[in-house]
Amino acid sequence: MGLIEGQFEDNIITTKLDWVIGAARASSIWPMTFGLACCAIEMIHAYGAPQMDFDRFGVIARATPRQSDLLIVAGTLTKKMAPVLRKVYDQMPEPRWVIAMGSCACTGNVYNTYSVVQGVDQIVPVDVFVPGCPPRPEALFYGIMQLQEKIKNGRYIRKPLALAGEKHDL
Amino acid sequence: MTSEQVMDILRERYTEDVTDSGVSHGQSWVVVNRDRISAICNFLKESSDIRMDYLIDITAVDWHPRNPRFEVVYHLHSMSNGCRLRIKVPLEEEQAVPSVSWIWRTANWHEREVFDMFGIRFDMHPDLRRILMPDEWEGHPLRKDYPLEGPDWKFKPW
Repeated sequence: MGLIEGQFEDNIITTKLDWVIGAARASSIWPMTFGLACCAIEMIHAYGAPQMDFDRFGVIARATPRQSDLLIVAGTLTKKMAPVLRKVYDQMPEPRWVIAMGSCACTGNVYNTYSVVQGVDQIVPVDVFVPGCPPRPEALFYGIMQLQEKIKNGRYIRKPLALAGEKHDL
Repeated sequence: MTSEQVMDILRERYTEDVTDSGVSHGQSWVVVNRDRISAICNFLKESSDIRMDYLIDITAVDWHPRNPRFEVVYHLHSMSNGCRLRIKVPLEEEQAVPSVSWIWRTANWHEREVFDMFGIRFDMHPDLRRILMPDEWEGHPLRKDYPLEGPDWKFKPW
């Protein structure tokens, strides 16, 4: 900040309101952690370990769905746990996003059995799938960055592209 | 006292009820009659020189299509003697086993798990209901004739 601090007159910036909203949302994703299996350990590494440290992206883990924007489903979802996942998702305020972390959350992995849900997209809508068994913290990090791209490119104030009549770039 | 000695005591004391016995992988096992299991377990726990005070596990084996179909397996351990004993109880389908939860409190949940997974009923159990699967689940998943991916996809709690 030293280079530009105190260097300018009173000023204005023109930009798209969608850009401001998107940048604000993408820089403060507060995830509800839903650790179900071994993927949760990698998720904890990504949150707290000094090598990763999600905090510098504004990603701060919350312990309640009512303060969360993002639901990270990390691990094997069983049919007995499925109603709980849905209840947690329903308690989150809009706007909300979901990351399915790990092969089990994406597809059920090798557990094609009577008790395992074959992918959490059968329960809640999923924005980003992070494959891996379990994915390394870097992979979850990449998934978060992909989600940030998706949020930044969203059209919140403007009409959706399909209704806009002519083709705009995002 | 070693586990072989415990086995010999059992064979002498319950000649009629111990139908088979042996040693496998350094651990002795006995096969006992279904209706005497709780009496034998009580003796093993209360006898002052055996003192099988720790019930490690209760599980079951489905030998489908053999008859008798099921086998309930008890793993016992004596803290004071450091010896172990495996007790097997063969039973046919629809037959119930006397509960041992009044001898070892931990048998309560072990027997609930066996009931949940195999559908084996335990007489005189204080609270015999499912412990792992959802309450409204149909069937018992660890039976050999239960399809691996479930009978159908109808059960959707969401």
